[in-house]
Amino acid sequence: MNAPPEMLWLSFGVAGVLIVATIVGKTLAWRAGECANPVIDNLNQRIFAWWVMVALMAVAFVFGKTGVVLLFGFASFAALREFLTLTPTRQGDHWALLAAFFLALPIQYALIWWEWYGLYSIFIPVYAFLILPIISVLSGDATRFLERIAFVQWALMISVFCVSHAPAILTLPIPGFEGKQLLLIAFLVIVVQGSDVLQYVFGKLLGKRKVAPNVSPSKTWEGLIGGVASATALGAALWWITPFKPWQAAAMSFVICVMGFLGGLVMSAIKRDRGVKDWGRLIEGHGGMLDRLDSVIFAAPVFFHLTRYWFTP
Amino acid sequence: MAAVTSLISNAAARIVAMGAVGLARFITGVRPDWRGCRPEAKQRVYFANHASHGDFVLIWTVLPEALRRATRPVAAQDYWGGNGLRGFIGRSVFNAVLIERTPSQDKPHPLEVLKAALADGCSLIFFPEGTRNTTDEALLPFKNGLYHLAVARPEAEFVPVWIDNLSRVMPKGQYLPIPLLCSVAFGPPMRLEPGESRESFLACARAALLALRPPGQPA
Repeated sequence: MNAPPEMLWLSFGVAGVLIVATIVGKTLAWRAGECANPVIDNLNQRIFAWWVMVALMAVAFVFGKTGVVLLFGFASFAALREFLTLTPTRQGDHWALLAAFFLALPIQYALIWWEWYGLYSIFIPVYAFLILPIISVLSGDATRFLERIAFVQWALMISVFCVSHAPAILTLPIPGFEGKQLLLIAFLVIVVQGSDVLQYVFGKLLGKRKVAPNVSPSKTWEGLIGGVASATALGAALWWITPFKPWQAAAMSFVICVMGFLGGLVMSAIKRDRGVKDWGRLIEGHGGMLDRLDSVIFAAPVFFHLTRYWFTP
Repeated sequence: MAAVTSLISNAAARIVAMGAVGLARFITGVRPDWRGCRPEAKQRVYFANHASHGDFVLIWTVLPEALRRATRPVAAQDYWGGNGLRGFIGRSVFNAVLIERTPSQDKPHPLEVLKAALADGCSLIFFPEGTRNTTDEALLPFKNGLYHLAVARPEAEFVPVWIDNLSRVMPKGQYLPIPLLCSVAFGPPMRLEPGESRESFLACARAALLALRPPGQPA
């Protein structure tokens, strides 16, 4: 693959940030010495997991569209299984659940690979949403029917439909930006995850007033404002890897950060309702796939459509 | 010639075992949760809730390799003991202790078979409900078997094991699994106290098992 030169500089930048983080983390652990400190341990686990995630992204990018579609397809699979594990479905949903995993998910990603915008943008919210209750009703079990159907539909919406809009960015025909759409996925991921990390940092340093104490006690106004402002600045500073002007990159980043924050809040409320702290145990130090993807889920479709409406013919 | 056949059969059994463990891991992403004890090479009876044919495979999967060889699932002769593929899997792959579900005069009594296996020093995977639970209740009433095992082998550790979610992955009568996450939680070992009654032992065992259920599930 002919990587655009921006990709090289971006890789250096990301590797640089991770190297600095690793040195800081190891130094903190070394200074803490014998007595184990859970916060520092978790920090180092997270930094290690970041290396793994960045490496996976890099490998997927090398394989281009197919690699990226497969990577996000796998992420959707892991997310869907975490979501449905926490839902009270019944035996009568067996075939509907099988259809969600083995038809809806692969078909959605195949449609993205074929770049069939007209179908992949409605396949789940129209066709899957109609077919799943039909499959369930054929089993003849009406107990808590609406509740069960809503769970499966929303699991698909969150874990498959929304997540699949990240690789769908590859299909956007942006004039003058052909062959470089991978950089836009990188932009989205860096801004979303940067916003998460920066909100965490600002929250730890300055956090006092809680935004939604009943939903997520760790989210504070200080963390939110500091994190969103600095991640917006980070996104603006990355304008050179996008088709946007600096002010447009800033505006996009702001929308991405706000959607990411609110998405994280929604996902926290679901976890709280289901009585769990983490979605799963897939990634050491991060919880499950959904714990890492929660903010991407809400940001990806909005970023995709804003870019599509304003930057494609 | 017989030696060669048994060599091939052993190799096949090991390959199938690795395949079963890999498949169980891939489908259920199963993680062991050693909450009340560590995986140690002691003689143990792992007693678990029973809702799916795959239950013992899942416990077997999360045991470390060395313990797996000394741990034998207790399974029904009529299901896992035939001559076909299931028989091969039950006997050769999992080295199951096969027992009759309907005891008869001319066959050895199930309890005698289990006691013999315990006397050999094996650990067992045992389902005290006796049959698969397809109700909405968390556990069916325990049969007396667990108590008789404790009487026969009071020095063995009785470890409660809660298998979560497998009944949704593969409900009774279904053959295609849904890839949902499962977990296997091991509680603190218990023993039959001197002079303890059957009712008391079974009630303790039942309570220990129920205590391992994840929060948020209906009682």
